[in-house]
Amino acid sequence: MIPGRFEYHRPKSLPEAVALLAKLGEDARPLAGGHSLIPMMKLRMATPEHLVDLAGIADLKGIRHEGGRIVIGAMTTQAELIASADLSAALPILKETALLIADPQVRYVGTLGGNVANGDPGNDMPAVMMALDATYQLAGEKGAREVAAREFYQGAYFTALEPGEMLAAISIPVPPAGHGAAYEKLKRKIGDYATAAAAVVLTKADGRIATCAIALTNVGDTPLLAEEAAHILTGTSADAASLARAIAAAEAITEPATDGRGTAAYRTKMAGIMLERALARALARAAG
Amino acid sequence: MNDQTPTKAEREARLQGMGCKRKRVEDIRFTQGRGNYVDDIKLPGMLFGDFYRSPYPHARIKKLDTSRAKALPGVRAVLTAADLKPLNLHYMPTLAGDVQAVLADEKVLFQNQEVAFVIADDRYIAADAIELIDCEYEELPVLVDPSKALLPDAPILREDIVDKMVGAHGPRRHANHIFNWQVGEKDGTDEAFASAPVTVKETFYYHRTHPSPLETCQALASMDKIKGELTLYGTFQAPHVIRTVVSLISGLPEHKIHVIAPDIGGGFGNKVGAYAGYVCAVVGSIVLGKPVKWVEDRMENLSTTSFARDYHMTTELAATQDGKILAMRCYVLADHGAFDACADPSKWPAGFMNICTGSYDIPVAHLEVDGVYTNKASGGVAYRCSFRVTEAVYAIERAVEVLAQKLGMDSADLRVKNFIRRDQFPYHAALGWEYDSGDYHFAMEKAMTAVDYRGLRTEQAAKREAFKRGETREIMGIGVSFFTEIVGAGPSKNCDILGIGMFDSCEIRIHPTGSVIARMGTKSQGQGHETTYAQILATELGIPADDIMIEEGNTDTAPYGLGTYGSRSTPTAGAATAMAARKIRAKAQMIAAHLLEVHHNDLEWDVDGFQVKGLPEKRKSMKEIAWASYNQPIPNLEPGLEAVNYYDPPNMTYPFGAYFCVMDIDVDTGVFKVRRFYALDDCGTRINPMIIEGQVHGGLTEAFAVSMGQEIRYDAMGNVMGASFMDFFLPTAVETPHWETDFTETPSPHHPIGAKGVGESPHVGGVPCFSNAVNDAFSFLGTTHINMPHDAWRMWEMAEKLGLHAQANAAA
Ligand SMILES: Cc1cc2nc3c(=O)[nH]c(=O)nc-3n(C[C@H](O)[C@H](O)[C@H](O)COP(=O)(O)OP(=O)(O)OC[C@H]3O[C@@H](n4cnc5c(N)ncnc54)[C@H](O)[C@@H]3O)c2cc1C
Repeated sequence: MIPGRFEYHRPKSLPEAVALLAKLGEDARPLAGGHSLIPMMKLRMATPEHLVDLAGIADLKGIRHEGGRIVIGAMTTQAELIASADLSAALPILKETALLIADPQVRYVGTLGGNVANGDPGNDMPAVMMALDATYQLAGEKGAREVAAREFYQGAYFTALEPGEMLAAISIPVPPAGHGAAYEKLKRKIGDYATAAAAVVLTKADGRIATCAIALTNVGDTPLLAEEAAHILTGTSADAASLARAIAAAEAITEPATDGRGTAAYRTKMAGIMLERALARALARAAG
Repeated sequence: MNDQTPTKAEREARLQGMGCKRKRVEDIRFTQGRGNYVDDIKLPGMLFGDFYRSPYPHARIKKLDTSRAKALPGVRAVLTAADLKPLNLHYMPTLAGDVQAVLADEKVLFQNQEVAFVIADDRYIAADAIELIDCEYEELPVLVDPSKALLPDAPILREDIVDKMVGAHGPRRHANHIFNWQVGEKDGTDEAFASAPVTVKETFYYHRTHPSPLETCQALASMDKIKGELTLYGTFQAPHVIRTVVSLISGLPEHKIHVIAPDIGGGFGNKVGAYAGYVCAVVGSIVLGKPVKWVEDRMENLSTTSFARDYHMTTELAATQDGKILAMRCYVLADHGAFDACADPSKWPAGFMNICTGSYDIPVAHLEVDGVYTNKASGGVAYRCSFRVTEAVYAIERAVEVLAQKLGMDSADLRVKNFIRRDQFPYHAALGWEYDSGDYHFAMEKAMTAVDYRGLRTEQAAKREAFKRGETREIMGIGVSFFTEIVGAGPSKNCDILGIGMFDSCEIRIHPTGSVIARMGTKSQGQGHETTYAQILATELGIPADDIMIEEGNTDTAPYGLGTYGSRSTPTAGAATAMAARKIRAKAQMIAAHLLEVHHNDLEWDVDGFQVKGLPEKRKSMKEIAWASYNQPIPNLEPGLEAVNYYDPPNMTYPFGAYFCVMDIDVDTGVFKVRRFYALDDCGTRINPMIIEGQVHGGLTEAFAVSMGQEIRYDAMGNVMGASFMDFFLPTAVETPHWETDFTETPSPHHPIGAKGVGESPHVGGVPCFSNAVNDAFSFLGTTHINMPHDAWRMWEMAEKLGLHAQANAAA
């Protein structure tokens, strides 16, 4: 439980960080809250030779409105998401999700950027970002670019980030007023990653589901966007038969591992039940 | 006397003696981060040791090259079995009469086994050096399933003892066999079963778990080569035994070894035995002449130092149609891992498993235990229990439930029908023990009334109907357990460790001003000894508890004792404390008689001093007596006021209790809610009710953890799974149920103050209570036994197997 040797760097600005990462190459890793990276280093499952601490970069913090979007700096902590009145009003699902992550100590230090950039299928925020159709603003030596959350996750700990590239901010389209969203997570205890979890963001019109997005956590190598399930529900009145078909479609795309949280069969079923509960709450919250 | 003179009640209250809810004095430092644990101790020039461990569960070491590690700057030494062999230290004796590899000799026998010990200037260098050790292995077939251990073609694990066909506990019938142990009347039991109207048989697996104290095992050895003296700080539940073991295996004279157990952050049985880390720290310090510290990390703790349980218990009961139990038979297959490193008294290879007839008057019984080796970490320690008592109580308390189910009888009623009656004590049990005292019927009735047991059963019946009608997806379980423990080991006639009788001790010194220091051979790891021993002394000596300092853990100053585990401190050292105090009081009486110029028979004890019978104003307080003992000659008496007592208990003590649990389980997720948990404990005389309550809360929380999720699992290849707090279930305040505590008080007739011990009762009684609740919840669907741990996914699997999900889907 003792990490290998590494050099520590603390850049003061985004360009400085980007330049450092470019110079140091594959042996360097950005350090945000360290609550995923440092445990991995203690187990020597990660052995970066350089840590580029982003904590000194003021530009990477904060929550702001930009047109119809909310942009959250990568270094905004999970506790700050919970505390933001602005977010609670516009995107209540973020607070709901953050409150299900770990415990207060972890949330005071762990960041939103680290949570979504980590690429661990057990992280909770990536599925929520997929359901919200968020965009990740990346910064690199070759300049800035944007990647949709739905395109970002390629495998366990594999993301669209190029070597030397980093995440600067997360940009989320504000769902229309009256939308309904919910995140349901089954875990063994406080501080545990999900046995299975489901995020739902939907709108209703005339008693029918007008738009719907669903994503699942920790039941595959990446967070999973359940497009078929969402498609089945769109246009329906969320009748029992449609719900059952959608849940079956969501379960069908899961490929969980058997581990201490349960067998693969169990975790697939739990993904279905979490989705059922998330849908029920999102539907109850949505107007129209 | 004027009005200012305190009343008798006021003087009693000032003592804070037995029965007082005195606040724990040790908490003043613990709650302010001022404890002094092994890892807080820093000696000049101290080095750090760390292990290179085997990735394989069973393999031959083909090549072990430490040269790259040794070449790393800051590395002082790398020890391997080859270095220890010339000192004859590559194996060490275990408490169970086996030997255990300190560093793997030619072969590794479990994953994470210690292979090499790196000693470096700091922890970081040591950890880096471990990565530089080159070891080549040839993998061997792995033995994980203990039921395959004794097959003719099973891989042979212990080549070091392959020719030794008689072990510490008799003949071995296979190279992987450790012992066969039988107690009771086999023929009589077989006859009773053959003619019994009703019999039941069920195999209960008590899974492998771990005591997981918050502080892991650690040691700091410092050899002074000039003086030839070794100081060894460590997380030792039994410091004196460690000193003797170190002397025996190192050849250092025992008086030149100073073992010090400072504050200990929980033990629960994990810190009774001796570990490779202790030996390597000592050897390292002897070789290098510098202090060497070894601190286990969490994964090492969970995967290498002593596990607990791993008992496969086939349990049978024979009974009449109306539920009178006629006989019990129990066969246990015990998985001990790679070495027999159980921490039991020497003569008891399966601990006190033969308390498995429980609280019931069972005329005849037979118990047989086979211990076997497997490719797993060794241990089998008593995790918050007295030597396999948790296993024994689990077997009988599950078995009575299975019998009740077969008979169609209420399980609480079945228990009551078979309880040992009050007038049968001292009670001679079929498997050999003499129970000291108890009033089981009274305790059970009090508990059943407190929880409205009949009302709960009525509610459950209605819920079951509602479930069958599809109106709810929850099933309700009522867990009952009634346990009898056997603690306070123990009488030297049948209990010893390495040949040393399991007495314990207390030495008291009263200072001239009337304050006190007292030392015991036990060692608190959180039990609150500094508080409770002082309360015993306060009552016995008439000196306020706040004026009494309790000290344990330094073998130079404390009298020899066997340590703290198996709820033995109060039954043994607590008794020694009272007995030593009584010696002091007898001398004090002589001094008081001299001072008051009366015959000592004319004096009587009164709370905090002696008074002349019939003349209460003629009195001498203990404070005055203490002063006198130092400042004036008393004819025919030595000066000073000191005493020591070594107490060899005449018998064990037998605490008992009645526990009830109400649980609701969602069959679609397996998620459960403990709605209610009620624990009635009878630990005899109650020294500090608040500490008892704290011990009950802690023990129940660990019982909840073990029964509902905590496990050390091995996959089929022998890889240890989930050995971190990510998976190993340590409940937080959020998961932990609310505990209701209650008591009855039946003193032990043979203990000087009637106390029986309580630290482990809640664990022993709690585990079967939770498991019975789960089993009771499912029983109306036709199940007879579901193994622990009862975590959500396993409960869901049971529901799946019973077709409860398919049914629901069909209905929807
Ligand atoms: C006990 C415990 C329980 C936990 N439980 C949960 C849980 O239930 N759900 C959950 O979602 N998480 C959980 N976590 C993880 C926690 O939320 C982490 O804080 C989070 O995953 C990572 O955020 P961080 O700021 O700590 O990032 P770090 O650990 O510093 O970094 C994580 C990874 O992301 C990379 N990275 C960080 N920032 C950037 C960036 N701006 N650009 C590019 N790469 C970057 C790092 O290089 C690293 O590879 C838990 C952690 C602990 C210790």
